[in-house]
Amino acid sequence: MPQPDLTCRFLDLTLPNPLVLASGIIGTSATLLKRAALAGAGAVTAKSAGPAPRAGHPNPVALDWEYGVINAIGLTNPGAEEEVNMLREAGILLKPLGVPLIASIFAGTLEEFSRVAATIERAQPDLIEVNISCPNVADDFGTPFAASAESAAGVTEAVKSAVRVPISIKLAPNVPNIGRIAAAVVEAGADAITAVNTMPGMLINFEARQPVLSNRTGGISGHALKPIALRCVAEIAASVRVPIIGTGGVSNGRDAAEMIMAGATAVGVGSAVWYGGVNVFTTILHELTALMKAEKFDNLEAMRGIILK
Amino acid sequence: MKTQPNLQSPSTATHQVFTVAEVHQENYRTKTFIFNESLTANPGQFVMLWLPELCERPFSIAGSTPFRMTVVSVGCMSEGINSLHVGDRMWVRGPLGQGFKIRGKRLLLVAGGYGIAPLLFLAKEAQKQDCEIDVVIGARTANDILLVHEFEKIGLLPRIVTDDGSLGAKGIATDMMEASIREQRPDCVYACGPTKMLQAVEEKARLHQLPHQLSWEAVMRCGMGLCGSCELDHEEHYLGSSPNPAHHNSGWLVCMDGPVSFSE
Repeated sequence: MPQPDLTCRFLDLTLPNPLVLASGIIGTSATLLKRAALAGAGAVTAKSAGPAPRAGHPNPVALDWEYGVINAIGLTNPGAEEEVNMLREAGILLKPLGVPLIASIFAGTLEEFSRVAATIERAQPDLIEVNISCPNVADDFGTPFAASAESAAGVTEAVKSAVRVPISIKLAPNVPNIGRIAAAVVEAGADAITAVNTMPGMLINFEARQPVLSNRTGGISGHALKPIALRCVAEIAASVRVPIIGTGGVSNGRDAAEMIMAGATAVGVGSAVWYGGVNVFTTILHELTALMKAEKFDNLEAMRGIILK
Repeated sequence: MKTQPNLQSPSTATHQVFTVAEVHQENYRTKTFIFNESLTANPGQFVMLWLPELCERPFSIAGSTPFRMTVVSVGCMSEGINSLHVGDRMWVRGPLGQGFKIRGKRLLLVAGGYGIAPLLFLAKEAQKQDCEIDVVIGARTANDILLVHEFEKIGLLPRIVTDDGSLGAKGIATDMMEASIREQRPDCVYACGPTKMLQAVEEKARLHQLPHQLSWEAVMRCGMGLCGSCELDHEEHYLGSSPNPAHHNSGWLVCMDGPVSFSE
């Protein structure tokens, strides 16, 4: 049997493979985005940029616990204006590699979302991911827009009306009915959905008698997030027809295959960079290829959404 | 670029509670702490230290069995540590990153100021492998020269150089390197110190075609290779100097790829 075809068609883009560097993971510079691409990522997502520069939270901001990673970096970013320069530079480095560039944005109001999106579009990313689900900035931004179908759809409309580049809305896992929210954002014009963001959680250090993260709570990712993400992706895939970047706890080829079986078109990879270094992309691709070969899947389409049929 | 896979076990990634067993005043703003606990680590690796009421910051390791560190007061976290007493607790996450690798049998260790701590740990480990060790310590003044007595305890006599000549020779560490290279013909050069000194050491080592391992500093946040904060900025660090191929074009993360860079 020939090698399985891992080429991934996502909207009008052709990714060399379905693995996408998830937002917030080493997406802070053009050189790091290029490094992820060289390590095997089929597309790369920059860290979210907002209306103004943000320092983020004081340390501790992240750590591994036994079953996953927790972080509250606090949307550290240079602001949208500066981000445009970084994205332009990244675009130049990525073009010869054939790896699409996904920008990521966040904001506190609908007007700001429109403005940030319009600013970021100047860098001509291939896709803008709209982060309406960061769990770590409640003090500054209140309840995430991803919490309800109405507010999620509101942001989608605001961004969609401001840009021509396709957009993907990044949803939160901690909602009662993610399928309904997905339907609402697609109705409002979302071209794609990224699911999911991290799951809010808390770690307490017994001897210290306090939460470990300076923000007290953070977002749980890594192994613990995988079954949560699979459920969310399956519900979204059953509810809407737009492509999904299935993200959450994918650490090996088997995880990636499961995410595609749940209905994902592409597969986000984040915390696995801690588990296996940046070259984890290559490892996951080798494993995915071997698994597809063993189970006689010629291409991603043959696996996609198989659990929904 | 040599990047090892980072397969840390979760136990090294959560905070462990350590208790101070001994405190030694090293100079006007520096103390050495020895703890009741040990930490399995390689010289050159680092730990994230957390004081729950303060902050979490990266620190180098001066010894593993028992765990020891030498801390200079430069900010609120290091001042917080330096106010700890025997019996007080500190929270340790790590070891993290890639440490030094012992290469050959004749090693030249070059320290700039407070960069001496991890090199003491390296010297002790290298002695276990029967290495000949030459040590150069450079600092601004006699007051900033640290841990000489610790090297003497293990039979090593560091070559000392200060900017003002208040102790040892007058000059900078790389001047003294030259003498050592002539006399000792080292197999590998190891250095830890300020960025400018590391660049000078690198230049000198390349000139003599000597393999070198350099330990770099950076602002560190997650310590896990995820947040991107500690990327070594190529332009900032190499403006006007010869770039190290290890981080040419950068994308090089001090916490995960380093803190030690390898010339080969």
